[in-house]
Amino acid sequence: MSETIWLIPLIPLLSSVTLMLFGSRLKVSQIGIIGVASVGIAALLTLWLATEFMQNQQVIQLSLWTWMEVAGFAPGISFYFDGLTLVMMSVITGVGFLIHLFSTEFMEKDPSYARYFAYLNMFVAAMLVLVMADNLLLLYLGWEGVGVCSYLLVGFWYQHNANGHAARKAFIVTRIGDTAMALGLLLLFTQLGTLDIQAMVGEANQTWQVGDTIPLIACLLLVCGAVGKSAQLPLHTWLPDAMAGPTPVSALIHAATMVTAGVYLIARTHGLFLLAPTAMTVVAVIGITTSLMAAFTALMQTDIKRILAYSTISQIGYMFLALGVGAWSAGIFHLMTHAFFKALLFLGSGAIIHCLHHEHNIFKMGGLRTRMPVTFWSFMIGSAALAALPMTSGFFSKDQILLQAYQLPDIGPALWMAGLLGALLTAIYSFRLVFVVFFGKANTEPDKDTGWRMAVPLSVLCFLAMVGGWFMIPVSEVFPASDGSHPAHWVEYVSISVPIVGVLLAYFIFYSGRLKIDGLANSTLGKSLGQFWLSGWGIDWLYDHLFVKPYYGLANMLKGEPVDAIYGLIVALNQTFNHWLSVAQSGRMRWYLASMVAGLILVITLAANLSEGAL
Amino acid sequence: MDGLNIPLNHILLVSSLLFAIGMLGLMIRRNIIFILMSLEVMLNAAALAFVAAGAHWGQPDGQVVFMLILTVAAAEVAVGLGLVLQVQKRFKTLDMDHANRMQG
Repeated sequence: MSETIWLIPLIPLLSSVTLMLFGSRLKVSQIGIIGVASVGIAALLTLWLATEFMQNQQVIQLSLWTWMEVAGFAPGISFYFDGLTLVMMSVITGVGFLIHLFSTEFMEKDPSYARYFAYLNMFVAAMLVLVMADNLLLLYLGWEGVGVCSYLLVGFWYQHNANGHAARKAFIVTRIGDTAMALGLLLLFTQLGTLDIQAMVGEANQTWQVGDTIPLIACLLLVCGAVGKSAQLPLHTWLPDAMAGPTPVSALIHAATMVTAGVYLIARTHGLFLLAPTAMTVVAVIGITTSLMAAFTALMQTDIKRILAYSTISQIGYMFLALGVGAWSAGIFHLMTHAFFKALLFLGSGAIIHCLHHEHNIFKMGGLRTRMPVTFWSFMIGSAALAALPMTSGFFSKDQILLQAYQLPDIGPALWMAGLLGALLTAIYSFRLVFVVFFGKANTEPDKDTGWRMAVPLSVLCFLAMVGGWFMIPVSEVFPASDGSHPAHWVEYVSISVPIVGVLLAYFIFYSGRLKIDGLANSTLGKSLGQFWLSGWGIDWLYDHLFVKPYYGLANMLKGEPVDAIYGLIVALNQTFNHWLSVAQSGRMRWYLASMVAGLILVITLAANLSEGAL
Repeated sequence: MDGLNIPLNHILLVSSLLFAIGMLGLMIRRNIIFILMSLEVMLNAAALAFVAAGAHWGQPDGQVVFMLILTVAAAEVAVGLGLVLQVQKRFKTLDMDHANRMQG
């Protein structure tokens, strides 16, 4: 098996190419089978690989060929497979397969069915290349590949202008981070002479001391790339807009896999980050700030997908916090459980949107509990896991993160407190969603319930979201072991109780109505604060006025090509003269003659006057 | 020979007068035949000036040039009248302004 891991990204890629070339000639059922089966085969191969890996814990390094060779720089098309890769691959192919299956029903009526699966398969292939790459350049190839697929899929319904705009925003904002990341790669290469991750980290540990400046700069540049891809402050603005794409795409790309690529990048290069403690602190602070900001924003949103988008930003913030405090495996663990329960929530919201005539506003839903039971239970379990209620998968991973954050010296308890506040908010907004959508009085009647192709992925993900917390992810060989000490018991009890308090608050506010917040919400301060949160802390407005508008203004100014105007003047002058002269070419002999005579008289007069006495 | 002694200036005056009349006719006439006639007048004005100058300096060159001008005038009339016939045939008019096909 170890020799054939290259098949895993190749199969979805081949299927994508097939669908691109022959998609228009295939029947809908054939397209569905090709699109889903390719990822299914990749998932089975990954499973096989996983069982082998569990037995022998063998790290696989496979070099297919040398990509290019320039002046000692020879990145290969080569794969590196260890526990971390395995976790990522399982999430990508496993959750990816379920989402593909879900899509066959969700997108059934779409005329561009083949195009959809072609993009989705290409995404899976690119994402697999990203996580399997053994050097940073190949990783970057996958990184950009998923960016392109994200762009294509966000703008999938390109007939609407707003969707195209959202796609461009997603592409351009992440590109800002990617540029910084490319600079980071260049810096690392010039300093260490290789981009091969394992060799590079080894070299870095020999060359640099902890706290040196160059690893700090390199790490910060990598963080910029991760921040752009994972939608963290200050480059998070693209993710809520990226919800313009089809809902399964949001589940796969913008919740489960691509947006966690930044987390993977930092975890993969953790050897560098250990050399730059400042960069790690930056990661932790970015993570917790983003997490809180997004949680407050999610509290006010009314669009079901935007709530989940902000929730994703917030949860990735937790992963960044975990990475920043050195809780590597907890971060990756949360990445995995988050992929389960957030894919579940997104697919559940997709089912609702599908059955409710593309309704997005949660206040126009309501009372769906009895009429869409499968979706209701998916949402219950997904929200419970998101809120980190005990015994769900989210509980185990978030608990690990918070406890390890608490143990960090100096800022640890502060991070822990902020993390708890975030957990409280998470519980409130996720159960606000449940209570508003599934309880209360019905506002929109669903025209159908989910079919089996939607129900099966939801059920499987429900199961994973429940038991995912018991999985042991095989990353102990990849990351340095944590010291294993535990904080005092009260810390743990507080961590457990906070989400429950949040759920109860949501219950009293949004279901039983015993807790009245209308007075608070309608006061001037409450209103303006709510508006502020609803707009995502005004960051979009700020960027609009700071970057977008001035850029458009400049572009508008340059559209008239002011430099060319100088040359344009010369042209205009010549044309005027030409016009005058062409008027003289009238074809009227007598005018020619008259002008000749006039000229002659002029010349003779001049000659006579200039040389007096000559005549 | 001696009896008829007209000063050169007078002849040149007549010559330039003729020349001016010819040129004026060239400019203000529209009929192509009149234009040709004005041209003849101008040619003859120039020829007169040559002859007078030749007589004044006692040189034969003036008369040589006169013969040349006579020949040129004859050739010009031959071509010119041919053109006049063609113009009349094509445009059904002898008015120069109407025979103008340029767009300028």
